[in-house]
Amino acid sequence: MKSDTEWGEPVAGNGLLDRRAFLKGGAAAAAMTGYALARSARADALADDLWSLAPGKTVQGYEQRSRFEEKVVRTLSNPNAEPRTQHARTPHHLLNGSFTPNGLHFVISHAGNPDVDPDRHRLVIHGLVRQPLVFTLDSLARYPMVSRMTFVECGGNSAPMFSKEPIQASVQALHGLCSCAEWTGVPLSLLLEETGIDPKAKWLIAEGTDAPALSRSVPLTKALDDAMIALYQNGERLMPGNGYPMRLLLPGWEGNMNVKYLRRIKLVEEPAMSYYEARTYAPILPNGKAYRFYFIQEVKSFITHPSVGLKLNGPGFYEISGIAYSGTGRISKVMVSADGGKTWAQAALQEPVQSKAFARFRVPWRWDGGPAVLQSRAWDESGNVQPTRAQIVAARGQSAKTPPVTAFISQHYNGPTSWSVAASGEVSHVYA
Amino acid sequence: MSTLRSFAALAFALGTGAVCAQTPNLGRPIDPADIAPWDISIQPDGTGLPPGGGTPAQGARIYAQKCAMCHGENAKGGNNAALVGGAKIANMDSVRTVANFWPYSTTLFDFIRRAMPWQQPRTLTDNEVYALTAYILAENKLIRDNESMNPETLPKVKMPNRDGFIIRFPEKI
Repeated sequence: MKSDTEWGEPVAGNGLLDRRAFLKGGAAAAAMTGYALARSARADALADDLWSLAPGKTVQGYEQRSRFEEKVVRTLSNPNAEPRTQHARTPHHLLNGSFTPNGLHFVISHAGNPDVDPDRHRLVIHGLVRQPLVFTLDSLARYPMVSRMTFVECGGNSAPMFSKEPIQASVQALHGLCSCAEWTGVPLSLLLEETGIDPKAKWLIAEGTDAPALSRSVPLTKALDDAMIALYQNGERLMPGNGYPMRLLLPGWEGNMNVKYLRRIKLVEEPAMSYYEARTYAPILPNGKAYRFYFIQEVKSFITHPSVGLKLNGPGFYEISGIAYSGTGRISKVMVSADGGKTWAQAALQEPVQSKAFARFRVPWRWDGGPAVLQSRAWDESGNVQPTRAQIVAARGQSAKTPPVTAFISQHYNGPTSWSVAASGEVSHVYA
Repeated sequence: MSTLRSFAALAFALGTGAVCAQTPNLGRPIDPADIAPWDISIQPDGTGLPPGGGTPAQGARIYAQKCAMCHGENAKGGNNAALVGGAKIANMDSVRTVANFWPYSTTLFDFIRRAMPWQQPRTLTDNEVYALTAYILAENKLIRDNESMNPETLPKVKMPNRDGFIIRFPEKI
């Protein structure tokens, strides 16, 4: 057994502790450092509460969460459905673990959620194929399926980080257009095997049955790699906002390409240059050129606990935790700093770490009550490193303004996020 | 990727009988003519453009009736984006417009046809879509005021920012 000193001494500045301190065999040893227990006042005597003195409420067919949790909701950019896009952002700071509950999965809807009748919905695959085919939901439900944990992230998630000054907003406002679910469905490659593929085909155009018939072009290599026609989200049918009854799932790729309410796939030689690929998801560079076909959601991480809106209640023990993910594979390492990037401690990664999925990271922290700046950086198995904000600004520029948090200044920001903890326990957003 | 591609080619050459014996085969064959009502994809070279045509003058009348309430009088912007004008693209704060950013004229036809008017998408006739496309291009001085847009003329319109793009991950294509 390690001595108190070995467990209790910080491994990096401002009180970051060894990530193994509370893992198997470590908890007792860590407790012996005594700092947390020593500060706690004596608890009151215990007594039965009213809810334990009578039978409870009737169990319902579809479980609803506790009435005490009703504040845990997505934030809405357009709650009155004015004629423009609606965004619903995931409250990462009020959740934990590695996947997002279906009712809190982020949604971007360009013209509302269509009320699709699953019995009448059709998926047609045509174009440069040997035989065009039409699939019903019932027929797809009979195909061999696969399940995988995968995040979906809007290309514009984290866009407020391009602001010249740090916008004072929660992790939900800054990074809420990203969520992670277990998706179950039919590999697209299986369906394309049945239609046959003309060797001239290099792209597919995917289109939804929603009002704007949202349409994106996808390279055929991705379709044959790990694309899925997703029918289930965390075990139940897709939520309407996530494409009920079926969506294209392109693990690790720009959210907008994961076409919801999928009704048509056309194999073609060249991309369509649709509105969303030719105009919208084309971030402008400092030389006036713009990127086209960004596709990949690059390695990123951010701390969710503590973060803006979660006030620390006095010095002592806290667990710093957050989310890391990469569109190019598994997260291999996350480093956390409590002194604005001067020194770093390696975070524990919740197993199993899955490719193109959220990885929850954790570091034990003994806050001494002084100012601290918390920050995380992630690495993935392909060797990609989350860049610093300075590196991103050098390559991509930043806005000369400090626009509203919901403005889409640009896309594909994957730099770090820094939370400043004041002596009062309040958390604010800073650039560090 | 080369393995996948050659497999795909093999699947095409041999057909479902040989390669797909192990798959469920629950898709129903359909004739291209029966797909046509949904097949609204347009390519930058004009592939997929329907027969028909329209002029800026015709488009101006339709615009006033069906578009101005959101995009403003003379397409100068309202609750939704302006469809004319736009300073040269300089950085991420630049406002992206048809004139300064959109690389292909066909995207304009495609997006109007599939998504507009916002409250009643896919209710415009193809001639109306051509006319609105012509109106917006003419207001932006990208075509002449009396120039008709049709399957032949529309793909030939040279958009100013055609070459303003860099493919981010060419190896993924």
